[in-house]
Amino acid sequence: MKKSLLRLEKITKNFGNVKVLKEVNFEINTGEVVALIGDNGAGKSTLIKVITGVHRPNSGKILFKDKEVMIKSVSQSRKMGIETVYQERALCDQQELYRNIFAGREITNIFGFINIKKQRKEAEKILRDYIGFTSKAITVDSPVYGLSGGEKQGVAFGRSLYFDSDLIILDEPTMGLSIQETEKVLNFIRGLKDQNKSAIFIDHNIVHVYGAADRFVILDRGEIVGQFRKEEISRDDLVKKMIELHESGKIEVEA
Amino acid sequence: MQNILNSYFFKTHRLEISILIIALILFIIYFAGAPHVFTRFPIYRAFMQSMPFFGIIAISATFVVTLGEIDLSFPSIVGITSLTFGMVLSGTDGNFYIAFLLATSLGMFAGLINGLLVTKIGIPSIVATIGTLFFWRGLVNVVSQGSGIAIVDVAEDTWHHALFVEKIFNYIPAQFVWFVVLTALMQWIYRYHKFGNYIHFVGDNKASSQMMGINVDNVKIIAFVQLGFFSALAGIFTMYEMLYFWPTQGSGLMLTTLAAVFVGGTSVFGGKGTIFGTFIGVLIIGSLESGIIALGLSGFYVQFINGLMITSAVTIYALIQRKKN
Repeated sequence: MKKSLLRLEKITKNFGNVKVLKEVNFEINTGEVVALIGDNGAGKSTLIKVITGVHRPNSGKILFKDKEVMIKSVSQSRKMGIETVYQERALCDQQELYRNIFAGREITNIFGFINIKKQRKEAEKILRDYIGFTSKAITVDSPVYGLSGGEKQGVAFGRSLYFDSDLIILDEPTMGLSIQETEKVLNFIRGLKDQNKSAIFIDHNIVHVYGAADRFVILDRGEIVGQFRKEEISRDDLVKKMIELHESGKIEVEA
Repeated sequence: MQNILNSYFFKTHRLEISILIIALILFIIYFAGAPHVFTRFPIYRAFMQSMPFFGIIAISATFVVTLGEIDLSFPSIVGITSLTFGMVLSGTDGNFYIAFLLATSLGMFAGLINGLLVTKIGIPSIVATIGTLFFWRGLVNVVSQGSGIAIVDVAEDTWHHALFVEKIFNYIPAQFVWFVVLTALMQWIYRYHKFGNYIHFVGDNKASSQMMGINVDNVKIIAFVQLGFFSALAGIFTMYEMLYFWPTQGSGLMLTTLAAVFVGGTSVFGGKGTIFGTFIGVLIIGSLESGIIALGLSGFYVQFINGLMITSAVTIYALIQRKKN
């Protein structure tokens, strides 16, 4: 029996008059990889931003490890053990890598002054051990703007692994990456299961999704319109479902 | 030479080195053109006396500019806080503590209003602070009814007067020592404190900062509040130096202060800046007027050369930036 890690019940989120999420129920267990799929504007990013504390839901309940929680901020979700690798990669271009890796949770003394030495040392460890950067051109003092898309993604992953977390959320992790880099990312996601970590990831590419996830959750216009376990559906059928959804604007809801 | 140019220090301090070179060239011109003035001490004493008034604000404003924001209201914050300081000091027969506390609190309150208008109401800072610029100056005029306040009787020959503006060993004006100490402190915060770090991140990319768990609104509000505080402090320094409040006090500070920040190399786009650069920028902008006169040019050249300095400095920075990208 798998343990429930995170459960959302009837989550609603409005931006002004626009209902972006309509009573969404969502669950993920420990050691499970769930893919969120759906068109642009389906509410995928909003859903994960509710989980990570960027947005507050208008109504609904969130249970983490079977306890009801209010996730009010990013730092709170991080403390609970939720790490996010955002689509935009959430890095600041002109700042050094060692500052980016620890942004929002600097290693400081009690007066709030940053321990630069320690931060640089830890950042070096992350670059070497978690990301496998060996190139001399990239050091902890490099600003982010010189990095390729894959390297930026690597930094974002490294960061999420370093801060020991139970749930890693990946928002379009393969977007803009080369085939090789994409393969690395998918391996990384598969590897999370071995460490008994859970992951939610968003991706447009069904082939990527099918290769890495245990379960697929389809969102359409703020509602969950389909859920399949990998054993229940073949890749081709999943593609068909998505095409149907795209054409009709609706597919039948699975019980 | 090639080694030096490729060294890590040089690469990461291009801005600082450029501004230092510009300042050196300027002072070489001063020396060459007016050796009788620049080889003697009094001109430097005059610089040390006058620069801190806008220098303190420029250092503090570097934080706001690094955020990608601007504050145009500080000249009026200097006005209203100076008025408060003068009224309270003379009204309490020289109670420094109450006068200092009220003036700086009002400065921080004015900064808080700027911060709230920008973050919670969502007005662009350039617009919001034009509004508060007029508001605080207007209030100064209404309250003072256009007349000044003398604090000679309650401030002269007091310990607090000595603390702020007395000449140490008859040479170094105290305000310059304060200016250097505050610059060092602010530099430390700017580079090594969590708050300085957040200033850089928010100025660089607001959305990313938010996703990394930085409270963007609070960072901005604190930045405006500290500028309000330092504007009040600059006002108090001016009061001790002049021993008099006049209703236009502070209104000449706007352009020199912001020019010092931009000449110093802080990017108007946010995310990157340098306190050291601003300090040198203050030395440049603060020395131009006397320098030009000493060189034998007429006062009519002051604005012209000021403009030339600012334009060429920011052009150099833009070119450095373009090369990087």
